[in-house]
Amino acid sequence: MRPVTRGLVGLAVFLLIWEVVGRSGITERRFLPPPSDVLGSLGEILVDGKFQSDVVATVLALVVSVAIAVLIAVPLGLLLGSFPVARHATRAVVEFLRPIPSVAFIPLAVVMLGVGPETKITLAVYAAVWPILFNTIYALDEVEDLHLETARAFGYSRVRTILSISLPSAVPFVLTGVRLASSIGLVVLISTEMIAGGRLGIGTFINVAREGAGRMDLLLAATVVAGAIGYLVNAAFDVAQRRWVSWSSLTRSAS
Amino acid sequence: MPTMLEVSGLGHTYKTKDGVHNAIGDVSFTVNAGELVCVVGPSGCGKSTLLRTISGLITPTVGEVLLHGDPVRGVPADLAVVFQDYSRSLFPWLSVQRNVEFPLRTRVSARAERRERAREALEWVGLSAAGGKYPWQLSGGMQQRVAIARALASRPSLLLMDEPFASVDAQTRFELEDLLLRVRAEHDSTVLLVTHDIDESVYLGDRVLVLSKSPGSITTDLDVNLPDERDQITTRASSEFVELRSEVARLLHGGEPATRPSPSVPDTAANDRFLAAERAETHSTSDT
Ligand SMILES: Nc1ncnc2c1ncn2[C@@H]1O[C@H](COP(=O)(O)OP(=O)(O)O)[C@@H](O)[C@H]1O
Ligand SMILES: [Mg+2]
Repeated sequence: MRPVTRGLVGLAVFLLIWEVVGRSGITERRFLPPPSDVLGSLGEILVDGKFQSDVVATVLALVVSVAIAVLIAVPLGLLLGSFPVARHATRAVVEFLRPIPSVAFIPLAVVMLGVGPETKITLAVYAAVWPILFNTIYALDEVEDLHLETARAFGYSRVRTILSISLPSAVPFVLTGVRLASSIGLVVLISTEMIAGGRLGIGTFINVAREGAGRMDLLLAATVVAGAIGYLVNAAFDVAQRRWVSWSSLTRSAS
Repeated sequence: MPTMLEVSGLGHTYKTKDGVHNAIGDVSFTVNAGELVCVVGPSGCGKSTLLRTISGLITPTVGEVLLHGDPVRGVPADLAVVFQDYSRSLFPWLSVQRNVEFPLRTRVSARAERRERAREALEWVGLSAAGGKYPWQLSGGMQQRVAIARALASRPSLLLMDEPFASVDAQTRFELEDLLLRVRAEHDSTVLLVTHDIDESVYLGDRVLVLSKSPGSITTDLDVNLPDERDQITTRASSEFVELRSEVARLLHGGEPATRPSPSVPDTAANDRFLAAERAETHSTSDT
């Protein structure tokens, strides 16, 4: 079986079990509506203007967060990866901050920034910086010595070598980092929307569906949409990696 | 002929975790403009170290390198290096054309001129059609030709080559050797090439410098009195060639330089033993 077929079969089996359990009466249908109910609700919310603006708000926040994270993490990664002194000097701070989940900062962020979009974006940026930063630093350790030496033999300065050798060599790893950052960023955005409220966002919609109306079907439908966004973002990066940095996998598998 | 390169009393000691390692002992020689000089020596005798010190990539512990009479400090602008490992020395994210333009980016400011000179260098190595391809789309031999074109594009006054043909198959090696001879004849290049292959050193060189085992030092400076026009079949079969390679093999095994210009009985058995040992060593190192 091809991987796609296998994936679809797995999904179908999962949905079937859920449908049977949902309809069997083991659980209350109101709390665990079967997929057929959720599908109906999904069709309902997809044409709902309010939900559409929630989705746009979350996706826009994701794009902005990941863009800011790239602008912070890539230059920082190049700096820390190229100059061991800088890396040693910052190690303690980095090792202290890294394990703290960004949702732990939600109360602090709300107090400092309020409940506007800047709060969730700040937290998502914080979460998204790490995978990009670490992938960039790791990538610089993996830069082919002979490439660096070749640049030096042709009279390239240190800075010029970083820009014309280290940076392009790092792109495949950076893309992997951005891919991870996008998934993590989406989770943080929706979590923050759910916990801190705010006016727009998929998380806000889920919150309202749960607390106000107790509509589990709407909640699950919105969750499916969030999952689909995550899936599409991941697939987009897959295509980008295959198209732009095919040289990386090709050269690596050849060696 | 004016002196291009003058190496005097050169030695290098690496500092490693478990002490120091003396890679080259005491090396002195000169290369005149327009010459192709081969340095031949067993694996690990310090050939790469020698080239790296001459190119200014590492600073020698002792001794001096003069290029056009000027001491080499840092990497001189009119020098180019071709490394053995073409697959790791070309940049996979750049097209062949861009790879060849690479050394020109710091030296030629006009984009159009860079492009033209890279195109020209690709023509010299017979790769005019491959400019738009990527290195990983080419065979090993073609990749090494790109590396040679890249080195030539900057029109260096001295071309350094570190076992440039050691990682290609025999047929391709012959082609590349002839390509090098043709290109250097057309452009009057000065080339210093290191190799562990005795036959290659004799086939290519105007002179052969024999390096002793580690720490390397030059034991003999041998003139190759073969005609300038060389041919893979007839040259290699000629008695002059056979005698020279036997002489080099003998010297590599610690023999004294012959008092007469060439020994009467070629010691081919010693040469073959040496080559076999060399092959075994290169394979074991390239596998790791
Ligand atoms: N960077 C280094 N640090 C320590 N030892 C080295 C280094 N590079 C080479 N060597 C050692 O120096 C010796 C000569 O190496 P090299 O110049 O590469 O020889 P060759 O090119 O003739 O095979 C070898 O024994 C090698 O292990
Ligand atoms: Mg070597």
